[in-house]
Amino acid sequence: MLEVSSLTKRFGGLVAVNGASLHVEKGEIVSLIGPNGAGKTTLFASIAGFLKPNGGKVTLDGQDITGRQPHEICLRGMVRTFQVVKPFAGLTVRENIAVGAHTRIANRTEALELAAQVAERVGMGRRLDQSAGDLTVAGRKRLELARALATQPKLLLLDEVMAGLNATEILEIVEIIQGIRESGVTILLIEHVMQAVMKLSDRAYVLNYGEIIAEGSPAEIAHDPDVIEAYLGHGAAERMKAAGGADA
Amino acid sequence: MDFLGISLPSYSFDTVFGSAISGVFLGAIYALVALGLTLIYGVLHIINFAHGSLLMLAMYAVFFLWSGLGVDPYLAMLIVVPGGFCFGYLLQRSVIGRASHGRDEIILLATLGVSIALENFALFAFSANERNVQVPYDFDGIDLGFVYVVWPQVAALAGSLLITAALWAFMKFTDTGKAIRAVAKERQGARLMGINVEHIFAVSFGIGTACVAAAASLLAPTYAVFPQVGYLFVLIAFTVVVLGGMGSFVGALVGGLIIGVTEQIGRLYLGESLGLITISAIFILILLFRPTGLFGQRL
Amino acid sequence: MIDVRTQRIGWAILIAALLAAPFAISSGRWMEFIELTLFAALLGQGWNILGGYGGQYSFGHALFFGTAAYIQALLQFKLGWSPWVTLWFAIAGAVAVGAFVGFLSFRYGLRGSYFALVTLAFAEAFHVLARSLVSVTGGGSGIQLSLNQDPEMAIASFQFTFAGPFLAEAGYYYVILFCLLIGFAVTGWLNHSRFGAQLQAVREDEDAAEALGINAFRVKMRAICLSAAVTSLAGIYYVQKFLFVDPGIAYGPGKSVEALFAAIIGGLGTVIGPLLGSAFIHIVGEFAKETIGAMLGDRPGVDLILFGIILVLILAYMPRGLVGLAEVIWKRLSARKEAGDA
Repeated sequence: MLEVSSLTKRFGGLVAVNGASLHVEKGEIVSLIGPNGAGKTTLFASIAGFLKPNGGKVTLDGQDITGRQPHEICLRGMVRTFQVVKPFAGLTVRENIAVGAHTRIANRTEALELAAQVAERVGMGRRLDQSAGDLTVAGRKRLELARALATQPKLLLLDEVMAGLNATEILEIVEIIQGIRESGVTILLIEHVMQAVMKLSDRAYVLNYGEIIAEGSPAEIAHDPDVIEAYLGHGAAERMKAAGGADA
Repeated sequence: MDFLGISLPSYSFDTVFGSAISGVFLGAIYALVALGLTLIYGVLHIINFAHGSLLMLAMYAVFFLWSGLGVDPYLAMLIVVPGGFCFGYLLQRSVIGRASHGRDEIILLATLGVSIALENFALFAFSANERNVQVPYDFDGIDLGFVYVVWPQVAALAGSLLITAALWAFMKFTDTGKAIRAVAKERQGARLMGINVEHIFAVSFGIGTACVAAAASLLAPTYAVFPQVGYLFVLIAFTVVVLGGMGSFVGALVGGLIIGVTEQIGRLYLGESLGLITISAIFILILLFRPTGLFGQRL
Repeated sequence: MIDVRTQRIGWAILIAALLAAPFAISSGRWMEFIELTLFAALLGQGWNILGGYGGQYSFGHALFFGTAAYIQALLQFKLGWSPWVTLWFAIAGAVAVGAFVGFLSFRYGLRGSYFALVTLAFAEAFHVLARSLVSVTGGGSGIQLSLNQDPEMAIASFQFTFAGPFLAEAGYYYVILFCLLIGFAVTGWLNHSRFGAQLQAVREDEDAAEALGINAFRVKMRAICLSAAVTSLAGIYYVQKFLFVDPGIAYGPGKSVEALFAAIIGGLGTVIGPLLGSAFIHIVGEFAKETIGAMLGDRPGVDLILFGIILVLILAYMPRGLVGLAEVIWKRLSARKEAGDA
């Protein structure tokens, strides 16, 4: 469904993403992980049209969307959320979600109805008329998700929707995301919460210093020496192996 | 000479050069007014629409010191500059700072509100009449051959150079100046280092107002004062600041000179009235195509 | 939020009262006062579409008022066209100027204060042009239209001074009221339409709006054109009523300031806000002139000193304006009533 090939994004002399390639198949949940500053959000922004890549290609369902405007990409069925959530603070929850719904629905009443349904799906049914500016962090994260979902996407790009949430809230969001996948939406997500990555994803990519250093099932990734080094520093894999051996 | 199909009058080199030179002196005045504005922008990141009204108030102060007490307008600086500082400090602390809510267009509106109140206060209290400070050396000056320059114009040019240098030195060498630069660069960081950011904001606003008060003294011998005089200057001052780069003192000086010269040449070729359009045109073009200005770092 | 039913009743009463005002109020001075209030409300409503709903604060809305006024006056004066024909050109001209300014500003990504300043600069540029192009605009002395004295031609000439007694007294009032009702309709539509929702989304967060499939540039372009069209109605009204326009009236800062005062004081992004704001400042202004003027002699400036102070106070303490205040009071009252019922 989504095919990213050797995408590169530079800021001045700094190479934030260096020839990254990945693909997401229909119906999958794929995770993009990596240490802080690895370039994950930059890669996301370049895929979704918020940054113009310096090189490489992005295709969605076989169509080239490299460097297209974000709103065009959304209309083609791929929508992103933001790590730093951006609620429309002056509007209510219902109105916020309806903005997303209007992407495919011109009629106001129908858009508001869809907004209520989507709110129900992400567990915000009772907060419909609350001002978005008054929501808690967890509420804002859900709203971000709901708004994106209301655009009726084929592919959802989620940027750290679990950051800042407590354990109960994370479990709830994991359940919601599974529900979204079951409804037929493909998902690519950036996440730091490893237990969620393990639980949710079919496959994962690891990004470090702007390059994809590993790809595979979550279990494979967790044991990949390159990945362990990227997270824990040089020589960490060796040390862990040694420690593991001693334990056994 | 033809320009876009409009035939322009041709002038001798001396006339054009003379215009350019008088433009330099005019530009010095613009730079003077713009210095305070650019300082306030550089530190507080706000566009102070009330800047022109503060100039107007200071000009009235200079006028009344002269007409009431016979104080020479240049000597009046000793009173209006500290007065301007205090007024600006209080204005920021008690009014503008409170209305901001952190959004720049809201602060712009708040300063617009202040300017409307001040301008109409002047209209109410002093009437719409134009008032002139008359000094004995009004028309004394030097003949540069192609243009005659009066001493007040020379004083304004010298004043703008001196004030630019003084501001630069102040920011570079004094503790307050260093604190101001710290706040301008990284206000959260400065706060964590124990700098009282609200105080520094107000001090910067005060210094900006003191600059405009100094400008008022230097302007008084050549410009009449009336309630809307600030509005005449405020758009020009914005243009200078945007052209020079928001927050840059040298930029304000160079920007002022460029605008002064452009305006005079524009008046020469397009006529007294249409010539003024050069200022709006520069302003729009700079905002659209190079919003960081000539010397600015970022918006 | 005040509930929908109460809002509807309120609107019905308000509109009925405005329609009936000329029959109920015999004092010419009061009718003039109300007419001026509606005029400022219309300016405010035009500003509100772009500033209140779209979050793009213009400091140069006089551009649209003035352009419409000049076109309305010039086509009649120079070409002898009927005012009923020229008004379409006046609207179109204002929209064209809006599209031009909007295209440049939004294409080059001007936001916040920078948009405000660039609109101010455009207004100033038009001001200079209107003053300088003497052969077209008459320069600083402006354009004076001739007064139609033939009662038969009152409607055709869009001039009511010598029409029958009713039109002469209330004709212009109904014109401005009609224009304001159009303004209400437009903002009411913004509250209940996809375009309005997208415009407000752009106001709140442009990146998030883009991510949700909204072409922010196009939305802002539409908003500035719509805003210019509504504001242009005020220019047309002005020329027909006063038969005069000059550069200061058309493009001076006065009209831009009046527009944003009404909208901000009344309540940004609301249908009723500009009318509330306009009514409030006119009442305060009148009151100030009566009281302070009586004490210190009739001098200009008193009302505007207060308006400036009120603007700052509203920004500092009531960012949602008088509408926000009304909602808070309503909430308290209904909470008390519920407590009383229980």
